[in-house]
Amino acid sequence: MTTLHSVEMTINGKTYRVNIEARTTLADFIRHSCGLTGTHVGCEHGVCGACTLQVDGRAVRSCTMYAVQADGASVTTVEGLAREDGELHPVQQAFSDCNGLQCGFCTPGMQMTIASYLEENPNPSEADIRELISGNICRCTGYQGIVRAALLAAEKMREAR
Amino acid sequence: MKPAAFEYHRPENLTEATEMLASLSDAKILAGGQSLGPMLNFRYLMPENLIDLNRVPELQGIAHTEGVIRIGAMTRQYQLERDEILHKKLPIFREALRWVGHYATRNRGTIGGSLSHLDPAAELPGLCALLDAELVIRKKGSESRTVSIHDWPVGFMQPNISEDELLTEIVIRPWSVPHGFSFLEMSRRHGDFAIAGVACLVSVDSQLKIQKAAVSLIGVANGATRLRGAEAALVGSAVTENLIETAGQEIDQLEAPADAHHSGAFRKRTAKTLFFRAVHNAYQDAVARRTA
Repeated sequence: MTTLHSVEMTINGKTYRVNIEARTTLADFIRHSCGLTGTHVGCEHGVCGACTLQVDGRAVRSCTMYAVQADGASVTTVEGLAREDGELHPVQQAFSDCNGLQCGFCTPGMQMTIASYLEENPNPSEADIRELISGNICRCTGYQGIVRAALLAAEKMREAR
Repeated sequence: MKPAAFEYHRPENLTEATEMLASLSDAKILAGGQSLGPMLNFRYLMPENLIDLNRVPELQGIAHTEGVIRIGAMTRQYQLERDEILHKKLPIFREALRWVGHYATRNRGTIGGSLSHLDPAAELPGLCALLDAELVIRKKGSESRTVSIHDWPVGFMQPNISEDELLTEIVIRPWSVPHGFSFLEMSRRHGDFAIAGVACLVSVDSQLKIQKAAVSLIGVANGATRLRGAEAALVGSAVTENLIETAGQEIDQLEAPADAHHSGAFRKRTAKTLFFRAVHNAYQDAVARRTA
């Protein structure tokens, strides 16, 4: 039996305290131990971007980070993106408006990546967005709707500032 | 696709880290985890112990002093990308970092991790080779030693470091400002491993002849490669197309392995095209900055 580690972290404002093995990835911890299945696991080796979420405000791949490493951190998953009253985050609303998704598998990772990036760069070019989401694989949309959604979200977020 | 079980160790300072390295058997160092993480998930590696350096404060950060930049091995790639002083002294860093993985992987990935993994297509070892970086290595109970980046690889993806040692710092002496730069790369998808990439620095004298040139190639040979012959051929002249073509012939002599997608010949041909453009761009940039 390998050692269990006591891990405590805040996910979408709620505190979770669980004993886990060190080899548990952050993605598996969030899905299996916390029951938050909005974070999707695609390739499990850091290539597809589906499992992207935010740790202390920065977008990271949760399949190449262990839950024990996020001990004490504040994590935001796609479940924490919309406002508490149910109003969608501008990025989510723009995905809906621009048909930025079809099957939805890549969507949480796309949205967590884009939402995080727009905080750093509120006025991105189309080329910036294409470079940004080169790290997230979508097999349905052909990316056009996603790029439009990201640019629309940026515009809405600038207006709201 | 799940890692095998390992014991997890998280040192809180450098002394603890080197003590763990000295005492634990079959231990791997966990830096940003953007290469090691996938290798553990695939079970290419199944170490008994993992030493996580993410909370060792001495390994973090960029220190700028007169003529020297000291970068902690655990400094993350996004921190290098954002550092304004680094950008001012060596603008090639920000340009090259755009090609390092993706936005989310740069938020975790570290310079020391990249140098220790030593992938032949990786940008940061190529940049360090370009800048003649020196690497500071420590172990428990002895003085640190310094290794030149040029003596760092001892084989394919094998750094010059023993199991009880730790890469702690990267020391770079930046070129004088102004200098011209260019970083060009080709890959199947932006952020994927480079088929070929070229980093180039050039400074020019008052007659706009090349005073100093450095060219480093990634993705082609078994590791980052400085093109010393090409550099020597460029120095002392104003750049012409002929001169760059001639200088670039050094690439023909390299041994370039093939992979599933690209033959060695294709990599070299790509590298020559990128070399031509990079030298041209860096020279134009140097002239523009000099005459600005």
